[in-house]
Amino acid sequence: MVSIDGKGNGPCLVCVRDLDKIYTRGSEEIHVLQGLNLEVDAGDFVAFMGPSGSGKTTLLNLLGGLDLPTSGSITVAGDEITHMSAGKLTNWRARHVGFIFQMYNLIPVLTAFQNVELPLLLTRLSKAERRKHVETALAVVGLADRMKHFPRQLSGGQEQRVAIARAIVADPTFLLCDEPTGDLDRKSADEIMDIIERLVKEHGKTVLMVSHDPRAAERARVVLHLDKGVLIEAAAARGSV
Amino acid sequence: MKSFRLVWANLRRKKIRTTLTIGSFTVALFLFGLLAAIRIGFRGGADAAGADRLNTINRVSLILPLPLSYRDRILKIPGVSGITYANWFGGVYQDERNFFPQFAVDKDTWFDVYADYAVSPEGRDAFRKDRQACMVGRNLAKRFGFKVGDRIPLRGTIFTGNWEFNVAGIFDGGRPDADTSGMFFRADYLDENRQFGQGTVGWYVVKLANLDDAVPVTKAIDEQFANSPFETRTQTEKAFTASFAKQMGNVELLIMTIGSVVFFTLLLVTGNTMAIAVRERSGELAVLKTVGFSDVRVLKLILAEAILIAGQGGFIGLALAKIVIPDLSRALPMLGALYVSPLTFGLGFVLALLIGTAAGVLPAVGAMRLRVVDALRRV
Repeated sequence: MVSIDGKGNGPCLVCVRDLDKIYTRGSEEIHVLQGLNLEVDAGDFVAFMGPSGSGKTTLLNLLGGLDLPTSGSITVAGDEITHMSAGKLTNWRARHVGFIFQMYNLIPVLTAFQNVELPLLLTRLSKAERRKHVETALAVVGLADRMKHFPRQLSGGQEQRVAIARAIVADPTFLLCDEPTGDLDRKSADEIMDIIERLVKEHGKTVLMVSHDPRAAERARVVLHLDKGVLIEAAAARGSV
Repeated sequence: MKSFRLVWANLRRKKIRTTLTIGSFTVALFLFGLLAAIRIGFRGGADAAGADRLNTINRVSLILPLPLSYRDRILKIPGVSGITYANWFGGVYQDERNFFPQFAVDKDTWFDVYADYAVSPEGRDAFRKDRQACMVGRNLAKRFGFKVGDRIPLRGTIFTGNWEFNVAGIFDGGRPDADTSGMFFRADYLDENRQFGQGTVGWYVVKLANLDDAVPVTKAIDEQFANSPFETRTQTEKAFTASFAKQMGNVELLIMTIGSVVFFTLLLVTGNTMAIAVRERSGELAVLKTVGFSDVRVLKLILAEAILIAGQGGFIGLALAKIVIPDLSRALPMLGALYVSPLTFGLGFVLALLIGTAAGVLPAVGAMRLRVVDALRRV
């Protein structure tokens, strides 16, 4: 269940209240997000659409603890992240958030295995345990046979699958996807969306995705539209809002 | 360290740049090893000087002599357990480029006072028996292929004429930095054949019975000959050796200046390289922070890279210096016994690591302060 009315309809995984984000450029103030409310339950798949500059990526950055709001609050799985220190926020991010970027953002000098292993280096898992987790994550995205390949030896679609494996390897609370198909051809984009959809349906993952691509967005259970920092419209793609 | 693979992979990202930076450290630390070895050489073994020995020279100048008659008077001073003396000879072997130091010494006492020189009993015996006998150092013997029984002709420059010596033995030093590039021959042979200065010596070497007596004995010797035509100046062997080296100029200052300039340049070059490396990778660093790498962890990663570069380059440079410098020492014997001591090696390595750390600090702090949102926007 996804709500944007700010009435507090019960417990939620991601609860956003009266979120404002203002950037200052010289003497000019730019209101990127204005009084935004949002509630997302566990297992939801939400797509945010909207024109460039509407605040989609800013919202994603705030939900992922990469940036701090000007005012308002964000609570994820009971943790209010808006008042956390930078250090605590980093730890929280490592535990709760999996990021998938448009440009994959893999480390080019590391193999697919090593890229996926990165988040696990911050855990207390043994080498053998890390290996098991990485192999499982790569198997989920269908790249078990590409573990030793470097990013330059993979296609764009394969790189994005490695990025998805890196995002899910530590079993985060939710996934944040910033235009995950924006740099891919149609076929690869469909494959990526298949994987994300499977993560929601089969593995119960909660996914919040920003996209310009209507075909990608229609895979989401709920599509929300952002315009000039305001959630002005909510449409149920394949479920209720 | 779980992140070591990441550090190592980053170093291999731009192989040429990494190799060149490591090469800079290699060259700088090789130079450090060389300069440190030359510094030791120019100190004339001051570090190896005997703590229980004093040197007495003419108060006016080292090049002015002292009467041989002082020997017995010094020996009677309480606290003196032995005495010997030497003269600088300054002969030329075949060609002036073949320079090596030669000293005319007392045949009976020299190797007793300098017991740290290793001489065979047969060699010492032959040295006492043959008026033209000489003892050559191990390095000198290697340099010209001298062996026991050989005849060495020298052309005198201070004491003119042709002088001939018979090699009675070859001596070794007690320490690796001991100077064995010179030759000792008998002072009585010099005294009988020189045109001037008979009955004088260049300097005395006084052996102390007790190390604690250095100050009173020094005072007693100089007081004894005060207001005489040949006033004396007595000092520890270490001070004497150092002042001898200073006659060559302030080599230490020169070496320190060269070393400082080289290391400062190295700091700038490496700092710039690391800054470029960090700037190129700001997107990747942002990704690391996104997946949960803390600011401090990112700082450590960058510092580790800089230190690893410095450590590798430093080790290679110092190892090369350790291998090459002894050969250089044989080729340039006027510099004395050159070698890279374990202390020099350790000091150089620590210095390399410190420079690596200093060079990495600013880029690492920049990486630590990198805002994820800003960096990702640039990707």
